[in-house]
Amino acid sequence: MSEDSHPFERFLRDGMMPHIWCEGCGNGIILNCFVRALKDIEIDVNKVVVVSGIGCIGRLSGYTNTDSYHTTHGRAIAFATGAKLANPELKTVVISGDGDLFAIGGNHFIHAARRNVDIQVICANNFNYGMTGGQYGPTTPLKAWTTTTPYGNIEHPFNLVHLAAASGAVYVARWTTLHVRRLTESIKKVLQKEGFSFIEVITPCPEIYGRRNKMATGIEMMNWFKTAAEIRNASDPAEAEISPEKIVVGEFIDAEKPTYDHLLREMMKQVQERIRGEK
Amino acid sequence: MPLRLWRKPLDSEKIKIPEGEVHVLKDRCKGCGFCIEFCPKEVLEQSEEFNIKGVHPPQVKEETVCILCSFCEAVCPDFAIFSVKKDCKGGC
Ligand SMILES: Cc1ncc(C[n+]2csc(CCOP(=O)(O)OP(=O)(O)O)c2C)c(N)n1
Ligand code: SF4
Ligand SMILES: [Mg+2]
Repeated sequence: MSEDSHPFERFLRDGMMPHIWCEGCGNGIILNCFVRALKDIEIDVNKVVVVSGIGCIGRLSGYTNTDSYHTTHGRAIAFATGAKLANPELKTVVISGDGDLFAIGGNHFIHAARRNVDIQVICANNFNYGMTGGQYGPTTPLKAWTTTTPYGNIEHPFNLVHLAAASGAVYVARWTTLHVRRLTESIKKVLQKEGFSFIEVITPCPEIYGRRNKMATGIEMMNWFKTAAEIRNASDPAEAEISPEKIVVGEFIDAEKPTYDHLLREMMKQVQERIRGEK
Repeated sequence: MPLRLWRKPLDSEKIKIPEGEVHVLKDRCKGCGFCIEFCPKEVLEQSEEFNIKGVHPPQVKEETVCILCSFCEAVCPDFAIFSVKKDCKGGC
């Protein structure tokens, strides 16, 4: 055994490791799978931009050795849409939290999916607002305990994969941070796909969420994923439940549809030609 | 597929299971224990020593059984462990 350099070092921004995430937090696994995907498909990292919003997972954009935007809370998709329209050459990947993307940023999400903007969205769903102290949010399961639901949550959570599919996403998958291989394969796929793609990653937040829900360590949360996960590829995302007993994972949708960027450029060309013709 | 339908792969004689060598970047480890818990071959265990962060990094318990699946490398949130193909020049 020797102390040498990690094979993914060149995909991580110089001097940024160790990251800020807690012991047993799954965000590092998402970063790990993402950089492995970059490496595996040998993509030109100068053509990749990682965009994140605010939250623990939002720090990810500062760790990848790509161009990146760490944007304002809830606005990652808006910034990514701008970047993509300004420079269609870019692979624009949004990696952000459940709170960021689906509470404050919910409208950006559904409309970017509806328009089929060619961006790839990876959501780290840890069932709460980790960074600000564990408040409940739009993905907190019914009855779960958080700092702001001390008697248990009485709100029903979003089913993110159903929401993405219903909003028009052309690729929809859900994995947990234990499904490292399948998650990496999904990321590789969306990095090579055109159109609004969505991957939900169920990830442990033992420090802030797990501790209050009888899973005080990352290992306990990962073992919950291990026993509860059921792979159901191509099944109806509306039925993809998340409960203490069952977490339905898989690739639900993989379709094709003209992208907003493509239609926009086509229309601009037509209009310009018409104007020139009339002169 | 139900277990009873499993067959021995036709090329199983020809395939040589690779042997891996695990490297730990001790001071990066935050001690989550994922590599130890989820290694399918139980190659790793917690060490007695403390690293710079005051946690016990993993150490290799039984390297000869490592099959280079690299699951430890993939599941580590801290880029603190990786595996490479064993250098068998001097014989394994
Ligand atoms: C406009 C605005 N409102 C509220 C906040 C406070 N805030 C920071 S992070 C966060 C929630 C993050 O939750 P999530 O996106 O799930 O990320 P996590 O920390 O769980 O990874 C909130 C509400 C803020 N930074 N800006
Ligand atoms: S608070 Fe939760 S999400 Fe944030 S770094 Fe810690 S474990 Fe991860
Ligand atoms: Mg969250």
